[in-house]
Amino acid sequence: MSEQLVLLGIVIAATSGIPGLFLSRFSTTGQYVTTVLAVIGSGVGLSGVGVFWVTGDSQPIVRSWAIPGAEFDVAMDGLSALFLVPIFLVSLLGSIYGLGYWKQTEHPQNGRKLRLFYGLLSAGMALLVIARNSILFMVGWEIMALSAFFLVTTEDHDRQVREAGWIYLVSTKVATLSLFALFALLRTASGSYSLTPLNGDTLTHGMATAIFVFTVVGFGLKAGVMPFHVWLPSSHAIAPSHVSALMSGVIIKMGIYGIVRITSLVPHPPVEWGGILLGLGAVSGVLGVAFAIGQHDLKRLLAYHSIENIGIIVMGIGLALIGRSLGRAEWIILGLSGGLLHVWNHAFFKALLFLSAGSVIHAVRTREIDQLGGLAKRMPQTALCFVVGAVAICGLPPLNGFISEFLIYLGLFGTLKADGGPSFAGAALAAPVLALIGALALACFVKVFGAVFLGSARSEHARHAQESGLSMIGPMGVLVACCFGIGLAPTWFAPVLAKAVSAWAPELGDVGPRLTTLAPLDWISVMALVLVAALALTSLLLWVRLRGSVVETGPTWGCGYVAPTPRMQYTSSSFAEMLVGLFGWALRPRTRRPEIMVLFPQRTDFHSEIRDPVLDEAVLPTFRYAAEKFSWFRIFQQGNLQVYLLYIFVALIALLLWR
Amino acid sequence: MAMVIHNTIHVLLALALPPLLLGVINRTKALFAGRVGPPLLQPYYDLIRLVQKGSVFSTTTTWVFRAGPVVGLVTAALAVLMIPLANSKAPISFTGDLILLVYLLGLGRFFTASAALDTGSPFEGMGAAREVTFACLAEPAFFLGLLVLVKLTGSLQLATMLGGTMASHWYSAGASLALVLLSWSIVLLVENCRIPFDDPNTHLELTMIHEVMVLDHSGPAFGMILYGAALKLFIFCALIVRLAVPLSTGWAIVDWSVFVVGMLAVAVGIGIVESTMARVRMTHIPWLLVTACVLSAVGILLLVR
Repeated sequence: MSEQLVLLGIVIAATSGIPGLFLSRFSTTGQYVTTVLAVIGSGVGLSGVGVFWVTGDSQPIVRSWAIPGAEFDVAMDGLSALFLVPIFLVSLLGSIYGLGYWKQTEHPQNGRKLRLFYGLLSAGMALLVIARNSILFMVGWEIMALSAFFLVTTEDHDRQVREAGWIYLVSTKVATLSLFALFALLRTASGSYSLTPLNGDTLTHGMATAIFVFTVVGFGLKAGVMPFHVWLPSSHAIAPSHVSALMSGVIIKMGIYGIVRITSLVPHPPVEWGGILLGLGAVSGVLGVAFAIGQHDLKRLLAYHSIENIGIIVMGIGLALIGRSLGRAEWIILGLSGGLLHVWNHAFFKALLFLSAGSVIHAVRTREIDQLGGLAKRMPQTALCFVVGAVAICGLPPLNGFISEFLIYLGLFGTLKADGGPSFAGAALAAPVLALIGALALACFVKVFGAVFLGSARSEHARHAQESGLSMIGPMGVLVACCFGIGLAPTWFAPVLAKAVSAWAPELGDVGPRLTTLAPLDWISVMALVLVAALALTSLLLWVRLRGSVVETGPTWGCGYVAPTPRMQYTSSSFAEMLVGLFGWALRPRTRRPEIMVLFPQRTDFHSEIRDPVLDEAVLPTFRYAAEKFSWFRIFQQGNLQVYLLYIFVALIALLLWR
Repeated sequence: MAMVIHNTIHVLLALALPPLLLGVINRTKALFAGRVGPPLLQPYYDLIRLVQKGSVFSTTTTWVFRAGPVVGLVTAALAVLMIPLANSKAPISFTGDLILLVYLLGLGRFFTASAALDTGSPFEGMGAAREVTFACLAEPAFFLGLLVLVKLTGSLQLATMLGGTMASHWYSAGASLALVLLSWSIVLLVENCRIPFDDPNTHLELTMIHEVMVLDHSGPAFGMILYGAALKLFIFCALIVRLAVPLSTGWAIVDWSVFVVGMLAVAVGIGIVESTMARVRMTHIPWLLVTACVLSAVGILLLVR
């Protein structure tokens, strides 16, 4: 039943954009029809997930397919269900948000295209997480990857957008290539294209290593794990905000899904795998947030935070893998449930942050943080939504980010317990790294929140910003509720996590009761409620006290200076300066400082910029070099479709003869 | 019954003692400077006076400015209920409470720093930037120290990690614990903005960290900030005392007295440090914090070898 509902949801979502294509580009009917269909599709899909959780049974749908080796094979399990929730929920909220953010009347050129691919994208993702055949998986994967390309390049009249789109396209194709290799290897190892657990006895070490390498490269590229993140910052920044929300909240999680799914198939992974993932996660986490601190572009900054959060998720998965190698059930349970809960949490708070950023950009028409300021007065609801997202992403109680980080912390600290079993001492060092990531994220979000919403406006546009309408604020409000819901009542979500962990490690049986004994989620829940109650009570006391006393208003104390202007405020660059200096070895900031030579200096300017070293200093030079060396290859590039079809035909004949 | 009495003493002590620590520090500093100094109870008088005063709010500010003191006080007050004081569990104690403790203080920092930015004053922005920057290095140092305690006690609960059994570990792993003690002392001074990292009494806003963040607060809200800061000082002092003197005699009265004496001794120690040391340059503070991290890291390396 649940599979049928999810498939129905996928079909509705995939076709939601089609009616709009038959309507005039200036007609507003299309956008409502599409949005209603997208909401229905996502709703049906979510109800399928709900049915699976309640009944717990899964009846795989298997149909034969004309493609050799492929089968139309879909099934639900705890992992698929867990990943389907953010896919359907974020795309549902995103399409409603799109009504206000990307009005057909304001964007007649590309509004219909955007809506068409938005539906296709969520359908592709939902298909790939329920696929149990690797060819069907690749179909879903490519629908997702290509729709995302067309969404990133929504505004393709802009040169910057096209460039970011190309970088995205190249890296997603490299990921696809790597996945072809991966699935070919899996086919060799298991004898079929079905995604079924491998036989540990016949799996050679070399084969296992190759599978792991292609998994990390292929899925790591999509997830944006450092150093495979090159495509992520620019495409997240230039896509329309509700697309960024879906990309950052959900698409990159498909890379995580791939890693989780493939590692679940390998029965006895070597302990190095987990160690490598833990290390990659720690590097992504620290450098992701360090690069975020140096950004001036609101959405680029949020994009680097995605890399950080993917790092935290990968750390959790790494711990779980180490646990599986060493036979430590509690590391698997805590690491994986923490990582997977962070998949949800990041989907919710990052989507919330991108939608709030979109609301700001919609009102002020700039992404430059240092052009903003004082928006909390002009856009109070957006400010409130943003601050909830910011507190959540810093992993602070009483919101959801804290719960997942808490689980991962417990797992990491747990590796130090001396109880005689096999140990992995290095894992515990990831706990201080996680603390560092948390503190850096806090610094970064204080900076953004302060520079964008607090103080006074730094530009004329910011001074006259208007609050967004209900179609934009409403979806953000739902995400705020999700952040609070998971943060205040984590015990409700423990069964969902337990189902997913059981699906990953069937040898553990039902992990539900063990998860609740390992992690005192009830205590956390009580403390979160106490915190909220105490905050409310203390605010009330302060309010009563202020009501009863003399309250005056006046200008901000300028330490004796009587004519401060908004330009004198601490900018986001000044705020970040010390931290950028501390991480200078990695960020390598390029600054242009004015040299003051005379007693009364003239008007001058300061410029600082942080480029992405992997993209600018490794990837692009390599590609340029390759383009130069392989110029002879252009003989085959005729730009003529018939010739390319001929190539495919010749390749097929050659392969047939070779067999 | 014993539990109820214990918890009552904990709450009363944790809420009443913190301002006294400030009084002791100031008195010690006065002694070193050859002055008589303010009365020991001066911080209490200050708090009472502030609560009775009126307030001035800048026209630039929003609700965030008022939320800063509230969140700072509430998080510190909740955190203080999670620290084991004498040899028994704190009123709030569960597996992993140490993580919640650190993150509660983080929540307080988020809103205190945001409130500073809400004024739009460059000085307060400066203070906020410094506060969050130094915390980025202080938190890992604190967690590295926690790793040593987890490794020794095999527990993730502060009550056990800083409980009576710690005394035996001082014999077996004294070097590691001493390193953690040193590292946490640095964290104590940074997190509470004491010399050599910050000078709460300096007259120049440009060089301050914490005090400059709260320049615009006044009246009851400022009182909340001062009290919250005192609670935070109490938390870190209590950690140091429990780590250094993990005594458990079995007689509650002795344990509590030892704890209170220990707290006053730490306050005197802070006063002595403040009187005898000069402030380090702002740009050198990160290096001292990295030292704190390294000290704790060596402590954990000695254990896992």
